[in-house]
Amino acid sequence: MSDNKNKIFPLETSLKNSYMDKTKPLNHAKSGSNAIEHKKVTNSRLNGYNIFDKTGLPTPVIEQWRSTNITKDYKENYLIGDNKPKFDKQINEIFHCSVHGFDTNVFALLNGWYYSTPDKVLQTLDNGIIVGSLAVAQQKYPDLFDDYYNEIARPDSHGFNAINAAIFTDGLFIYVPDNVKSDKAVQLIKMVNRDDNIMINTRNLIILGENSRLSFLHCDDSINQHKGLLATNTEIFLKKDAQLDLYKLQNLNNNTTLVNSTFVKQDANSNLNVNVLTFNGGIIRNEFTIDLTEEGANADISGMYLMDDKQHVDNQVKVIHSAPNCTSSELFKGVLDDHASGVFNGYIYVARDAQQTMAFQKNANILMTSTASIDTMPFLEIYADDVKCSHGATVGQLDNDALFYLMQRGIKESDAKLLLMYAFVTEVTNKIGIDALRNSVDDMVKKRLRGDLSICDKCILQCSTPDLPVEFEIDMSKI
Amino acid sequence: MSKFINFAVLFIFILNRNQMKEEKENENILDEVTTSEYKYGFYTDIETETAPKGLNEDTIRFISKKKNEPEWLLEFRLKAFRYWQTIEEPNWALLNHPPIDYQDIIYYAAPKQKKQAESLDEVDPELLETFNKLGISLEEQKMLTGVAVDAVVDSVSVKTTFQDTLAKHGIIFCSFSEAVQDHPELVREYLGTVVPHTDNYFAALNSAVFSDGSFCYIPKGVRCPIELSTYFRINAANTGQFERTLLVADEGAYVSYLEGCTAPQRDENQLHAAIVEIITHDDAEVKYSTVQNWYPGDKDGKGGIYNFVTKRGLCKGNNSKISWTQVETGSAITWKYPSCTLLGDNSIGEFYSVAVTNNYQQADTGTKMIHIGKNTRSTIISKGISAGKSNNSYRGLVRVSKKAENARNFSQCDSLLLGDKCGAHTFPYIKNSNSTSVVEHEATTSKISEDQLFYCQQRGIDTEKSIGLIVNGYAKEVLNKLPMEFAVEAQKLLAITLEGSVG
Repeated sequence: MSDNKNKIFPLETSLKNSYMDKTKPLNHAKSGSNAIEHKKVTNSRLNGYNIFDKTGLPTPVIEQWRSTNITKDYKENYLIGDNKPKFDKQINEIFHCSVHGFDTNVFALLNGWYYSTPDKVLQTLDNGIIVGSLAVAQQKYPDLFDDYYNEIARPDSHGFNAINAAIFTDGLFIYVPDNVKSDKAVQLIKMVNRDDNIMINTRNLIILGENSRLSFLHCDDSINQHKGLLATNTEIFLKKDAQLDLYKLQNLNNNTTLVNSTFVKQDANSNLNVNVLTFNGGIIRNEFTIDLTEEGANADISGMYLMDDKQHVDNQVKVIHSAPNCTSSELFKGVLDDHASGVFNGYIYVARDAQQTMAFQKNANILMTSTASIDTMPFLEIYADDVKCSHGATVGQLDNDALFYLMQRGIKESDAKLLLMYAFVTEVTNKIGIDALRNSVDDMVKKRLRGDLSICDKCILQCSTPDLPVEFEIDMSKI
Repeated sequence: MSKFINFAVLFIFILNRNQMKEEKENENILDEVTTSEYKYGFYTDIETETAPKGLNEDTIRFISKKKNEPEWLLEFRLKAFRYWQTIEEPNWALLNHPPIDYQDIIYYAAPKQKKQAESLDEVDPELLETFNKLGISLEEQKMLTGVAVDAVVDSVSVKTTFQDTLAKHGIIFCSFSEAVQDHPELVREYLGTVVPHTDNYFAALNSAVFSDGSFCYIPKGVRCPIELSTYFRINAANTGQFERTLLVADEGAYVSYLEGCTAPQRDENQLHAAIVEIITHDDAEVKYSTVQNWYPGDKDGKGGIYNFVTKRGLCKGNNSKISWTQVETGSAITWKYPSCTLLGDNSIGEFYSVAVTNNYQQADTGTKMIHIGKNTRSTIISKGISAGKSNNSYRGLVRVSKKAENARNFSQCDSLLLGDKCGAHTFPYIKNSNSTSVVEHEATTSKISEDQLFYCQQRGIDTEKSIGLIVNGYAKEVLNKLPMEFAVEAQKLLAITLEGSVG
């Protein structure tokens, strides 16, 4: 491991070279724009450069990266960021995505750039929600950027977040004004469609005003089988009484590495529900840093992963209880098959005066083969005495008694296992608040478990058709 | 008999005396609890022979020469030292301390023996006084059987008791230096096999400069009739203590081993970096108990021992068992992860721990259970109690390798917070790569429940005593695993460590 420490990776060199010319940020070079960037954005780019210069890319020498080794990727040559693509096709021509019975406002990022016609690059929806390109929003809403941009992101946490601040191209900006409660979910589709190896850095900023409500569906999809290295930083602000339901759907090809950092700051009585649903991907790392800064805030983070082949998933969830009377729960469940490997690192931090905190953490895993592996680290760091905190982690197999019960009723072993695995993960999928979405995800889980679902040229959600809900071909009447 | 045993005088770590006093002491416990600070904080003015301050290859050659060591051992030390120079001090533990200046430490300090003592009467009276103060009575020792003690003062073993009795059973129990002289083949075979010098920063440092320690070998099929014990004491100022214990249980052997430690009260911090290695062959069992009571520093966090210890056990044979029990009440900083490598099929590893921190103490302690053999089992019970402004972390690893079919682990880590200025943390690491294994971990963090406190109080027990009672009940699961004599000490220690923490 100490080898890695002094080695300079090709990717590191090309990233460092990519910002040699500090007078012209990468995104401007790539987009051909000469517009002046918001001062805060420019400063954070410089800051990111400087941090990255010192830290470089994370290797397993760093404690938080011990279980996820992506140094193999660093040895590849990547194109750093793509030129801004022209809008020549409708999104649905490239990508078909809809959930039956689930009406969403769809926005897209293609190869790291906001993808739309020029008139829709930053729009105000009927209910007053502002959605559009981050690169455009920084010019149009400088005040919001003054207050929020780069306030909670941590470029010093590791090299990916540092370089993201420095060289990100574009991303999604959402502002929900006070008291606006949106019925229609916002859906972001992030697509990568390049014929060569590419590294893409995007950055999102989401602000929910007081007493507002938003459902946000964030889909990461690959369109082809080319190698990609995707890094995203998302900053989310929930003002007093706001509620955000965040769904992350991840279905990437086995050659893609995704490093995903989400930072959330929650004010009084705000409510956050997160569902991370990982179906496919080469290496996926999801990091959440959620700070409950005022009383009454609640964060509910759950996740499910179904990995096979040589896939690797890493969920790092840190919840910081900075104020008293906040609640949080983490529930992550996963099934690991073949040579798949998983990592869960939950972290509950309770600050000195955060009395009456309730924080729970649970991670359960099923290993299907002796070549699959899981590292689970449910951490607690507690500085207040009047709290209720617990964590639990289990690793095991399917319940032999239950398996026997099903088999003695004439259900063959493979079907019985399928049923039990399905039952195992439904604890997570049942938390999805939108019926149509839950049903679709449910279908996807079934397909994934049956081995039918692989990445296709369509959005995974589309694979579900309402007329033909996926059913296991198991005679349930026997049970 | 070697000439080194000449000054090894018979004496005992006495409990009978403690028990006699027990009733009287119980009455005074509250007095003791409210007034006592660290009661082992005295310093004995014994003439010591020291190495010059600082660490370089010359220091190591000096130590090696002092101990008349064979060439291979010097090489072992030098190799470790060269490795140590290439690595950095680990910073992953949740500990906060000013950087340690490794050049500002005396690496060798030995009580100067004017001449080798032939009998008890000839032992340095100051030294005997020290042991009296520690509760190791010399007056009552001769007739009482019970515990054989190897006492280590400032890194050098000063005496070993009961060697005759042990020799009858073929048990070797002596200081490490004696073992190097008398049983070099055994030492050479096992030294560094469980804790290689590359294990970690402090293990490398210890491997380079260790000055003495205990060596114990239990031959095939022998059940050690008495409990063996090592008593560690730091006495001289500015010294570090680097002792090394090597414990080998051959096929079918059994031994229960106790370890205790104290240090004088000083304003500066002192470093203690020890290594314990245990090897159990087929069907062997070792039970290792520690009551760690190094000087924890004063109420404002001044002084105290930095305790960086590497303890590893290797269940080498099938059906072997290693059980660690520890009560950690002392040290300004505790960094300690007694572990078991379960190599043999059906082998068992156990870890029972109570760690108490008060004032500004910091503890980052836990265990590692590495399952390699089939049907291996491990149990982890850890109870952390934090009071004052202290921080107490459990950090443990359970690793199940691909070949460890049907491995089973159960871990439970509870933390108790007394007061709102302290911290209690849990960092479990579970790395599992076998689908037939079952690993469970659970943990809770809480404070003493109002109901329990109310119940005690309404029956006329005052707050301080009530808390003592509840804490003892909370830790009972672990204390029960201690040999009886240690359990008594440990209970009292708990009460004393927590003194003044009740608001």
